[in-house]
Parts: sequence; structure tokens; C-alpha cells
Amino acid sequence: MVDMTDGAVEVRWHGRGGQGAKSASAVLAEVLFEGGKYVQAFPEYGAERQGAPIRAYNRVSSRPIRRRCSVQNPDVVVVVDPTMVESANPCEGCRDDAVYLVNSPDNAEALRERMGLPESARLLAVDATKITLEELGQNRPNSPLLGALSHVFADVTAEAFADHFASKMKNLSPKLIEANRRAIMRGREEAVLV
Amino acid sequence: MILLGREKPYRREMTSGNLAFAEAMRQINPDVVAAYPITPSTEIPMKFAEFVADGLTDTEFIAVESEHSAITACVGASVSGARVMTASSANGIALMHEIFPIAAMFRAPIVLGLVNRTMGAPLNIHCDHSDSMPERDSGWIQIYCEDAQEVYDTVLLAVRLAEHRDVLTPVFVCQDGFITSHCYEPVEFLSDEIVRNFVGTREPFWPLLDVDVPVSYGSFVMSEDYFEIKRTQLEGMSNVPRVCGELSRELAFVTGREYGAVERCMTDDADYVVVVMSSAAGVAKDVVDSLRGRGVKAGCLRVRMFRPFPYDEVRDVLGDKLGVAVLDRSVSPGGAPPLAAEVRTALYDCPRRVPVASYIFGLGGRDFFPADAEMVFEDLAEGRSGFAGYIGLRDKYARGRRAV
Repeated sequence: MVDMTDGAVEVRWHGRGGQGAKSASAVLAEVLFEGGKYVQAFPEYGAERQGAPIRAYNRVSSRPIRRRCSVQNPDVVVVVDPTMVESANPCEGCRDDAVYLVNSPDNAEALRERMGLPESARLLAVDATKITLEELGQNRPNSPLLGALSHVFADVTAEAFADHFASKMKNLSPKLIEANRRAIMRGREEAVLV
Repeated sequence: MILLGREKPYRREMTSGNLAFAEAMRQINPDVVAAYPITPSTEIPMKFAEFVADGLTDTEFIAVESEHSAITACVGASVSGARVMTASSANGIALMHEIFPIAAMFRAPIVLGLVNRTMGAPLNIHCDHSDSMPERDSGWIQIYCEDAQEVYDTVLLAVRLAEHRDVLTPVFVCQDGFITSHCYEPVEFLSDEIVRNFVGTREPFWPLLDVDVPVSYGSFVMSEDYFEIKRTQLEGMSNVPRVCGELSRELAFVTGREYGAVERCMTDDADYVVVVMSSAAGVAKDVVDSLRGRGVKAGCLRVRMFRPFPYDEVRDVLGDKLGVAVLDRSVSPGGAPPLAAEVRTALYDCPRRVPVASYIFGLGGRDFFPADAEMVFEDLAEGRSGFAGYIGLRDKYARGRRAV
């Protein structure tokens, strides 16, 4: 969905403190790095507290990345918390053809309408909260969102995210690692593109 | 000389400026580290303490009760003959200030990871250079890094540079707080073996613990001798360019990356050059490339070594330009900004007067965007010089276009 031939692809994450947007942006960077890309992952550091709105960023490129300012005109926006569709202004500064990946229980068409996205924008909606509540018994929307990002970064498979998670989290129980794997795969399968 | 061993010489990993610094410390395996944590450099002693606890180093790690104690312990260990490292930021650096000139006068070759953060008030954890710039007269070498790779390479270089017999001067390895220290990006690490071959072990001159050759540090010296002692310190600093050049080439032999006192980006045939330090250079270089694509002869000069200041290189690069803009990430209230003052000094001896426009940017972590760098180049094309304003400010004193 995103083209890396002409400079870097820029990603902006909207989450809440403690939800793991920062970790997810780091995992995305690591998996793309393992795929041979140049990457950056950097959160916006503010007053760190649970539930406070936070932003994190990625740059991904097939060439070395020099700029280190925050992302102003993202190609990809990930909304980790459903309430942030309204509260965080996820469309701010976005390119018209941006891809939005939103954790939301809502109908994708209705969500798109509500966000007022331009015609050339694309929206991927997935109920990541529901998936992780079912698979992990916890609201940790990261895993399904990473799975869904495999639609956006076509070079990366959902399996790559799952394998990466398993290799990084060796101290977790095999049961939990499997649950995360299912959550990642379901994120890919259940994402609706409109 | 570096000997390539059986171990795989390189590994590329995702890391950050702070963690790259800590990893270099693990590989260097210093004798003593005394540190007190402060944002945004906290991760350096934190990660290194983990290495010590895991038995991966032989280092004596001294957890002290303040930065003043940290640097004091470092000085004591260093003059005793130990290889010593530490890290700090902002008010931690300020609290160490009393001891910095003493370390330099003792010729104690300490390497300090300085993760730049503003001094406040109001309290702010983000980057500017207001912590390191007041230390420019403390007698320490100051090297400013643009990214995590450069941080890693520079730590290795700094150990050899500080301890070199002709230098014997402590070093600040600076990086921008959060922007570089907390950005997660790929870094190429050398093998432990290559690092240990490169840094070797310290051969101290006149160590306090050599009982066969008793020496004294910190003696009382009156006006009769103080001036002469001070002058020898300046000699060490004046040897830095030569020694640093030699060591940089030696390190580049294995890394393939050589850093000078300045980095030139498209400056040779440039009409207009932006001079900047540390992480903001990335945006400036990107803008230079895009302006070149539009036929504008733009260039960027990144000053990497601030002490000793590379006057000759700066003059060589900028002496024939139509306009130069200097971007300072700190202010000297009531005086010229530090980098602008040095650049103007370097240009004074040019036969032709080069117009210099001086800007303040990025205080307290204010971001620096491509549009800001473009505005600076537009200013230069219009012949702007003198104090040119505050970039990215959000009030009526702002220079340029920034949404409020």
C-alpha cells in the first residue's frame, strides 16, 4: 500500500500511555529493519502517565534516513485507542493518500464517513481491542494492529511480526506467545479495508 | 594497529544513542564508572549497571549520591591510573561544573557521555545545548554527534584521544537528548575483540598509585607557577586536531566511517551554507539536496568538534561564500550565540568579508523542520546578515512561518 521508492514512508501513532504504541512502533521498525530497510522509531516524550495521549513515529526507507524531526505529513496513521479518532485529530497534516489503520469496533464505512477522509485516503479498521480481549484476556491492541500493518507494508508478512514477537519474548509462556500469534494473525484477517 | 580476529567483525542491530553509548562502554570495559542518573542520559548508567551486574565487565561501578560526587570519584580514579567513564545531562552537568576544570588541569582523560538537555527553568527535559556550551571553557574536548552510529564510533575514538600522551584531556561525547538518545535506529557494532584491540589498555602517566614514583595532585600553587602549569594544559588541547586525525583514520580502517572536525555536505561549490551542529544537521542536509534539485547552490557545514574549535576548516569551507547562516541551539544572553561567535571569529581573517546571519533554534526541544531550513536559505539569498531571529518561535518575535 505504501511506496518506498521515492523517499521515506512516515508513520504516526496515536495511543495512550501504557497501551504500547511506543513498543509497537519499535517492533514495526525492527521487523522492517530485519527486512533490510533503513528505519527510525521515536516516541514523543511528554509527561509520562497512564492514559495520557501520546504520539510515536516511524520512518522507513530503502535509503539512509537523515532527518530526525517529528513527522508532520504522515503516509500512515495508526490509531491505537478507539477514543482517539475524535480526541487526537489523527488526520492532522496527513497526505491526501494516507493510509489509516484504526482500532475500532465500528463499521469501517461509517468510521470513514465520521473521520471525513478524502477520497484518495484508505482506511483499515480492525477491532483490535476485542481480538486481544478474546485471545489474551487483556486490552493490548498492539498485536492485531501489527498484523494489520502487514497489509500496509507489503514486504512484511503477519508471520514475521509473530515470529519477531516470539523471539523477543522468550521469557513468556508458550501459551501466551501462541495467543499473541493468533491475535496478530486475526488482526491481519479481520482488518476491513474501505 | 587493529587485528581482525575469528569473531564476526560487525553486527547491525536496532538500538538508540543512549544504548549505543552503553554498549560501547561494555566493550571498552573501563576500570571505573561513577554515575548518577538524570534524564535523558539515565539509560547509559542504567544499562551499564546491568552489564556490571551480569558480570559482563570488570568495572568498579560506583553508585554515588550526586553528579558532583560522580565526577569527583571519576577524577580520583582517573589520576590513580584507571580508565574512567561516566554520563550526565543538564543540571547534572551544571552540578559537575566545579570539578570539570580540575579534571582538565589534572590531565585526567575521562570520557563523559553528555546527552544534551536544556537547563531550565521552567523545568524541561528536552534538548538544547545550554548544558554543554557553558562548559566550553572548562578545558574538555567537546564532540557533538548527529546519530547513534556516530555516538558509538566517537566513544571508541574518545577513549584513545583522551588518553593519548600528547593530549591527556577529558572528552565530552555529546548527543541530542531524546532526538538522538531515544531514537531507535540501526547501528553497526564492532566485535568486542576489535574494540578491545583498538582501545587497548590505558598507560597512565604519573598515576597517583605508582608508589615508586610518588606524585601529588591538587597541590597549592601560587602566582609564581600557576600560569606555566595552565599553559601546558592548553598545549594538550592544541595537539587534538593532529592526534584526532590520526586516530580517526585508524578507526576508519575497520569501520569504513571517518569523521573530521567538521562534516561538509555539498559545500565545495555552494553559494550559501548553513552551519549547524548535532541532530538538526539531518534536516539541513535533506533540504540542501532538495534545493540542489531546484538548481540552488546550497550547502551544509556540520561542526562536530566544538572544542578545540576547527577555525581553519571552517574558514576554508566558508571563506568564499556569498552568505552563511549559523544556527545555534543555545543562547548567551547579552552576547553572541556560541557557534555564531566562533564562526565569525574564524571568518575574520578572510580577505573578503563573508556575511553571516545568526539564528537561534530548537530551545527546550522545539522541533526543527525542513521548512525552517528552507526559510534560512531564502534569507541568505536575500542577503540577510547579523542577528536574523528565532526559528520556530510561536510568538510575534518569530522568524518565518510557524502556525501558532
